[in-house]
Amino acid sequence: MDHGKIEKNLGLMLVLTMFAISIGGLVEIVPLFFIKGTVEDVRNADGIKMVRPYSPLEQRGRDIYVREGCYLCHSQMIRPFRDESMRYGHYSLAAESQYDHPFQWGSKRTGPDLARVGKKYSNEWQVQHLIAPRSMVPESVMPNYPWLLTTALDTSDVADRMTALRVTGVPYSVNKAEFDNNVKEFGADVAKQLHIPDAQKNLIEQAQTGKYDGNAADVTEMDALVAYLQVLGTMVDFSKLDNDNFVKFR
Amino acid sequence: MSQGNSQSSKVQTTGHVWDGDLQELNNPLPAWWLWAFYATIIFSVVYWVAYPAWPLGKGFTTGIATITYKNDKGVEKTTHWSTRALLMKDLQDAREKQKPYFDKVAATPYEQISKDPELSNFVASAGKVLFSDNCAACHQSGGQGKMAFAPNLTDDDWIYGGTHDKIQASIANGRHGIMPAKGGADLNEGEIESLANYVLSLSGEPMDAAKAKAGDELFHGKATCLACHGADGKGNKDIGSANLTDKIWLWADVPAQDSADKKVAVVKAVITSGLNKGVMPAWNSRLSADQIKLLTVYVHDVLGGGSNK
Repeated sequence: MDHGKIEKNLGLMLVLTMFAISIGGLVEIVPLFFIKGTVEDVRNADGIKMVRPYSPLEQRGRDIYVREGCYLCHSQMIRPFRDESMRYGHYSLAAESQYDHPFQWGSKRTGPDLARVGKKYSNEWQVQHLIAPRSMVPESVMPNYPWLLTTALDTSDVADRMTALRVTGVPYSVNKAEFDNNVKEFGADVAKQLHIPDAQKNLIEQAQTGKYDGNAADVTEMDALVAYLQVLGTMVDFSKLDNDNFVKFR
Repeated sequence: MSQGNSQSSKVQTTGHVWDGDLQELNNPLPAWWLWAFYATIIFSVVYWVAYPAWPLGKGFTTGIATITYKNDKGVEKTTHWSTRALLMKDLQDAREKQKPYFDKVAATPYEQISKDPELSNFVASAGKVLFSDNCAACHQSGGQGKMAFAPNLTDDDWIYGGTHDKIQASIANGRHGIMPAKGGADLNEGEIESLANYVLSLSGEPMDAAKAKAGDELFHGKATCLACHGADGKGNKDIGSANLTDKIWLWADVPAQDSADKKVAVVKAVITSGLNKGVMPAWNSRLSADQIKLLTVYVHDVLGGGSNK
C-alpha cells in the first residue's frame, strides 16, 4: 500500500497503528488461552477443587481492599524465586487468582506481599494493625484505617455484585442445576456459600460466627476485610500436593 | 556550514526536498549498532532452541536446556528449563549448604545447643531472621511483647510454660486463651470491684484492704476464679491461666496507671468482659519442624527468658 495514502488518512492510520502495537501483546497472551495448564487444575484426593470463589463476606472484603487502594502498596503474587519463597511461602499459582476479577498481582511493594498472609496473624492483630499500623509495627508507613471498624458494611447489594462476577465466569450459582454442579466441584459447604439467592444471609452468618472484628453483634467493613485477608493463600494445601505437577506447566 | 555542505555532497540523500533546499541525508547505520542488532537476532535463535519459547496448539516448544532437581519425595528428576524447577533446585542447593547445621540442630538436645558456640551462633542469626519474619509482628522485634496484646518473651514469666518443650508446643500448635466474662449475670459491680482489689493485693499493688478481703471470699467462692488461677492465685501453665501474684501484667495495664483507682478500673475491665483474644496462630503448617526447633531455641536461649522447669 502506498505510504502516502496511510499518512493522509487519519482513521486508517489509527486502525493500522493500533493493530501494529497490539501484535506483541496478542502473540504473548493469546496462546496462553489455549495452552493446557496455564491455570493449574488443583484438586484434593476426593477430586474437589481446592481453589474456590470467595464467600459473600470475603468478596465484600475484597471490594473494600480495592476501594481503599491496598493494591497500590501490596502485591499478591509470590514469584518463584528463592528469596520470595523463603519470606512469603510457596510461589503463587495461576489457579489461586482464577476467580479474582480483576486480579491483585500488582508490581509495587511498599508493604509486604499479601498472597499468603491468611492465618499468619490472628484476627485481633489484623484489626489492631488496620486501625493503627504503627502500634504493632513501629517502622511501618501504612496509613491508619480506623473507619473500617466503625462503618457498617452495606450488605444490600452483595447479590448484585456476585451476579456481575458470575458474568465474568465466577461460578456463583443462581439455580438448582448450577448449585448441584458446585456441590460436585467444590463440596456441599462451599456450594452453599456460592449460591447467590442466599448471599446476604450467608454473609451475615459468616460475619457473626467468625467475629473477625471481635464483635459478633454488628457486621462492619472490618469484618469483611479481615475475612478476606484471612483466606488469602490458604485455599491450596501444598502439603497434600506434589510440586512436580506444577513444574511441568511452565 | 561549509563542513555540513561538504558532508552532504559525499552522502546520498533520500531524495526528499523541503522548502527548496532542505534535504534528508541517508547515512548508513553505525557498524557497531548494526552488528549488535545481528547479534541479538542470533541470540534469540539460540534462546528459542534452548528455552521454552513458541506456543504450539495446547503446548509449547520446551527447548533443549534441562534442569535436574529432586522432587518432594527425593527422587531426582530432569525436566525442560522452567522457573519453577529452577526454584526447586535453588532451594535444594541452599538447603544442602545449611543441612549440616540443621542436622546438628535436629540431632542435638535442646540443652546442649546453647553450649556449642558454633551452633548457638547459627541459631542466633538464623533464628533472628525467622523471628523477624514471623513473630515480631506481635511479640515485637526484640521479643519484648506488647501490653494487652502479646506476652513479653524476654522475662521469666511464662503463661504456658517456658521450657523448650512448652515453647515448642506453643509455636507449633498455637494458643488461644479464654477467660470467661464475669460481668452481668455472674457478679454485680461491687463484687467485681472487690475482686479487682483482691487481685491487686496479690501482687502488692495499692488497694482497699476491706474490699480485697471481700474479694478474697469471692475469688475462692462464688466467682470460682480459683478453678483456673488456683487457690493461691499462681495460675496453671497447663491451661494458660495467668499467675496473678507476680508484678507482670499482660491484659490489664496496671503498671502504666498512676493512681490506685485507675489500677482497679483496668483490672475490673478484664474481669467484667473476660478475654477471648490472645490468639497465637499455629505455625506447623507454615514452618518446618527444623525451623520450629530453631525458633524454640532462639526464644528460650537467645531472647533469654526460657526456664528449665
